[in-house]
Amino acid sequence: MHNAGQNKHVQRSIRNGGPSVTRRSLLRATTGGALTLGGAATLSACGIPAAKNTAGVDSDDHSAKEKRISFSNWTEYMDVDDSEKRHPTLDAFTKRTGIKVKYTEDINDNVEFFGKIKPQLAAGQDTGRDLICVTDWLAARLIRFGWVQKLDPSNLPHAYANLSQQFRNPDWDPGRAYSYPWTGISTVIAYNKKALDGVEVKSVSDMLDNPKLKGRVGFLSEMRDTIGMTLLDLGKDPAKFTDDDYDAAIARLQKAVDQGQIRRFTGNDYTADLTKGDLAACIAWAGDVVQLKADSPDVDFVIPDSGYMTSTDNLLVPNKARHKTNAERLIDYYYEPGPAAQLAAYINYVCPVDGVKAELAKIDEDAANNPLIIPDAAMAAKSRSFRSLSTKEETAYEEKFAKLTGA
Amino acid sequence: MTTVTEAPPPLAPTPQKKPPRRRGRLTPYWLLLPGILWLLLFFALPMVYQASTSVQTGSLEEGYEVTWHFATYWDAVSEYWPQFLRSVLYAGTATALCLLLGYPLAYLIAFRAGRWRNLILILVIAPFFTSFLIRTLAWKTILADGGPVVGALNSLHLLDVTSWLGITAGDRVLATPLAVVCGLTYNFLPFMILPLYTSLERIDGRLHEAAHDLYAKPFTTFRKVTFPLSMPGVVSGTLLTFIPASGDYVNADLLGSTDTRMVGNVIQGQFLRVLDYPTAAALSFILMAAILIIVTLYIRKSGTEDLV
Repeated sequence: MHNAGQNKHVQRSIRNGGPSVTRRSLLRATTGGALTLGGAATLSACGIPAAKNTAGVDSDDHSAKEKRISFSNWTEYMDVDDSEKRHPTLDAFTKRTGIKVKYTEDINDNVEFFGKIKPQLAAGQDTGRDLICVTDWLAARLIRFGWVQKLDPSNLPHAYANLSQQFRNPDWDPGRAYSYPWTGISTVIAYNKKALDGVEVKSVSDMLDNPKLKGRVGFLSEMRDTIGMTLLDLGKDPAKFTDDDYDAAIARLQKAVDQGQIRRFTGNDYTADLTKGDLAACIAWAGDVVQLKADSPDVDFVIPDSGYMTSTDNLLVPNKARHKTNAERLIDYYYEPGPAAQLAAYINYVCPVDGVKAELAKIDEDAANNPLIIPDAAMAAKSRSFRSLSTKEETAYEEKFAKLTGA
Repeated sequence: MTTVTEAPPPLAPTPQKKPPRRRGRLTPYWLLLPGILWLLLFFALPMVYQASTSVQTGSLEEGYEVTWHFATYWDAVSEYWPQFLRSVLYAGTATALCLLLGYPLAYLIAFRAGRWRNLILILVIAPFFTSFLIRTLAWKTILADGGPVVGALNSLHLLDVTSWLGITAGDRVLATPLAVVCGLTYNFLPFMILPLYTSLERIDGRLHEAAHDLYAKPFTTFRKVTFPLSMPGVVSGTLLTFIPASGDYVNADLLGSTDTRMVGNVIQGQFLRVLDYPTAAALSFILMAAILIIVTLYIRKSGTEDLV
């Protein structure tokens, strides 16, 4: 570019005030100036403070005065009536308690939601949300950082009594001091009968090794689901694995990626691929499979003998939330068998509440007998969960997984 | 030596020059003030912040500190150069395809469409009324393994050729580089067509008549008259296509596979999943620098400084 010429333009325009300020010269002059002025001093001044909250939580509960609560949840995670506008269980809660619920479906993705609430929580500010619902690894991170409030057990009698044994003691929140599960999520192997065309898939090994399935198997881009299922297949326990076990699982998958066996690592969009038959078999979330099975007769699922992964989406009260007691009352409400059954009948995920089967049978006999929604003893025995990771491990593992999914 | 102090001769009264009018001199800057503020707030400031992040070390839990750790840049390049290369390659191919597809269409709309002109323009823009994501997902249906497109390509044995070239895998198109480039081309095509149309439409029809009168064949007319005059459109169209396409990650994410990840995907992953903010920031800067260099070279090469 003509540097000298443009400098002349700028100089001329500054001296004489002629209209010869060119767009580009000014753009450059301004940005350059700002960057120079900003300079090194500014650069070193803007470090990012430690995320960990060591000051403790000052609760700011206005529940008694303000009969309302703001609840952020995932899409399609709440029952709706025929008009698809009202949420019957929430309406019943408001009717009974007088607490109005501002229900927002603004969580689509854990990592993105974390990015969204991080600035406020790190600065010790109110997020404007009294209750949030996130997957266990993110819940663990929020608890570790001290960004969520300890729940008051005296407000949670039903929740305490009815929480399924399976979910009572995760290693990241023993005894559920900070969190209660909204749903359990089972990770299983789903397949399309037509696309398999007689090939038998019963385990992760079948998916990885059968050359007939080359380029037609899918794994999830959620690290814990994909690695967890692979660890189980390798005979390791995802609740207690070591670094070497993790590397072995990565190597196992890497080989399949190199051979073109694995088509893609997918998010929620695997459902379309599976129904079309572009994916013959894939790691899938059971809640989706229940739904897909209802719409497409070719889709079915299998629980590997080595077990399957279960994670949870958990309700948490962020720091500085203005209506903590109200939030606790809402959590407790969903642990009563009635509302829990109504919810389970609609959302098709694992119901974390004991004693719901009879209530659910009244609404939907099939759902009550579906082990993906109300796990039976055999099903619960095969369920495994991923151990919690330290920040360092999490970064190292995600880095390795990122390399696997995008060489 | 005797010093003779002489009174200086009286100064001749210099003609008083009228001072330049101050108001007029500052006017362009006042007019630019909103733009400059906008630029400072939403461009310069985030850039400084990002530059700072890229030379920090630490972790989310313990906080980050500026340690002038420039090695992050080097690590990022040596680790992720294949993704950078791929981004440039895919974006470049998509831009070339956009130009090949877009030019004839823009030409048609500008010179031959007659009363259909507005309708065709609306058809070009119409897909933009739906979301970017949905338009991209539609390609998954179009290119489905058992679908008509893949079926036709298979029966013509075209997929054997593309597989041999390494841009498809086996008898499928989805989850291959070809699908990603198709998605990029489709999603950015209107950004090519509209600037092309605008500059073609401005060409004076009498120039064509003049060329004809001087016995230029239609192709010569195009080569000597139409195309040079449409260069501003070509340059702005290619820039509007290439720049966003090289940073895109949605197409690679939805239509691609493990071997099609672009640098946008890497930045997204580093920032959101791995939580390695310095590397993510360094990668963004490198991408920005790379695009700037490519674009500068391109503009100099195409020699259209005065036309843009």
